[in-house]
Amino acid sequence: MLLKKFSKFAGISLLILSALGVDCSAQMNPVVTIAPVPTIKAKKGSVTVVSIRAVLPPGFHANSNTPTDAYLIPLKLTWTTGPLQADGITYPKSTLEKYSFSDKPLSVVTGEFTITTKFKIPDSASSGPAAQNGTLRYQACNDHMCFAPKTVPVVLSLNLD
Amino acid sequence: MHRLPPALRLVVVVGVAVLLGLVACSPAEPPKTTVKDSKDRKAAPEFALKDASGKIVHLADFKGKVVLLDFWATWCGPCKIEIPWFAEFQRQYKDRGFEVLGVSMDESGWAAVTPFAAEKKINYRLVIGDDKTGDQYGGIEALPTTFVIDREGRIASVHVGLSAKKEFQDAIEKVL
Repeated sequence: MLLKKFSKFAGISLLILSALGVDCSAQMNPVVTIAPVPTIKAKKGSVTVVSIRAVLPPGFHANSNTPTDAYLIPLKLTWTTGPLQADGITYPKSTLEKYSFSDKPLSVVTGEFTITTKFKIPDSASSGPAAQNGTLRYQACNDHMCFAPKTVPVVLSLNLD
Repeated sequence: MHRLPPALRLVVVVGVAVLLGLVACSPAEPPKTTVKDSKDRKAAPEFALKDASGKIVHLADFKGKVVLLDFWATWCGPCKIEIPWFAEFQRQYKDRGFEVLGVSMDESGWAAVTPFAAEKKINYRLVIGDDKTGDQYGGIEALPTTFVIDREGRIASVHVGLSAKKEFQDAIEKVL
C-alpha cells in the first residue's frame, strides 16, 4: 500500500521534474564557472596582480596544471589579446586525490580555486578602457566518467591611465 | 487510513520531486544498464572512420558479428580500467563472432593514441572518432560510453561511465 502510494507520488514528481525542465546534462557536463572580475584600474608602467576565481560543481575534479600522468590534460590559463603583458601565472595548489579508476592519486583541483596572473602594463599602452582576453582550458571528471576538454573565455575589463 | 490535507500532499510531492532530482542528477554513480529485448533495439548509426593504417572502417563491415563499440580517450581515467577487460573479451569471444572496436575521441588523434595503444597492449581495432559520429550516437558527453551492438547491427545496450566488468560480460553473452 505504502509502496503503491510512493510510486504514485514518484510518478507525479517525475512529471513535475519534466514540466520544470530539470536538466541533468548540466551536471553531466560540468562547466567551470568564472566569477566576474571588477574593472582593473592601473597606471601605465606599473605591475598589477589579477586573481581569477573559478568554481567546479561538487563531485567533479579537473586535472591540475601539473597532472601526474602524461596523458592527462592540464589546467591552463592563456592570455591571448590585450594591452597587458603576462609576467607569470600562479596556479592553485593542487591536491592529491585517489579515485576508484586510478591506482595512484591524481593531482587535481576541486570546488573553488584561484589562478593569479602578474601583469606588466607597458608605458606604450593606450589610456582609457580596454579589455584583456584569455582562455581557461580544463578537463573534468568525476569518479566514474570524464568529459571532453573545454576552453572557456576569460575577459578582464581594464581602465588604464 | 487518513488522507493527507491537499497542502501537505503538495509539499510531499515537491519534496519527492526534489529528492528524485538530486538522485537522478547525482554524478556519483552511473545508472545500471539492461540489455534491450530484440524487438526494442534500434539500428546503430553507420560511420566511416579511419583506423591506424588509414583504412576506412564502417560499422557495416562488422555485420553478422556482435560488436562492443567503445568511445574512449587517452586522457580518460575510467576508460583505462575498462580497456584490459575489452582486450580480454576480444580474446575470449573472438571465435564466437565478436569484435571490439575502440573509437578514440582524442583531439590529437593518432599522436596520442598510437603510443597509448602500444603501452596498454590493445589487441583490438581502433579508429579516431569525430563530433559527427559522437552526435550520431546521441552526443557522447561522457567517456567511457560503450555500446553493445547485436549481429543485426542494432544497439542492445549502452553503458555510460565506468561500468562493472560483469555488466559487459552479461550483455555480450546475452547477445552472442
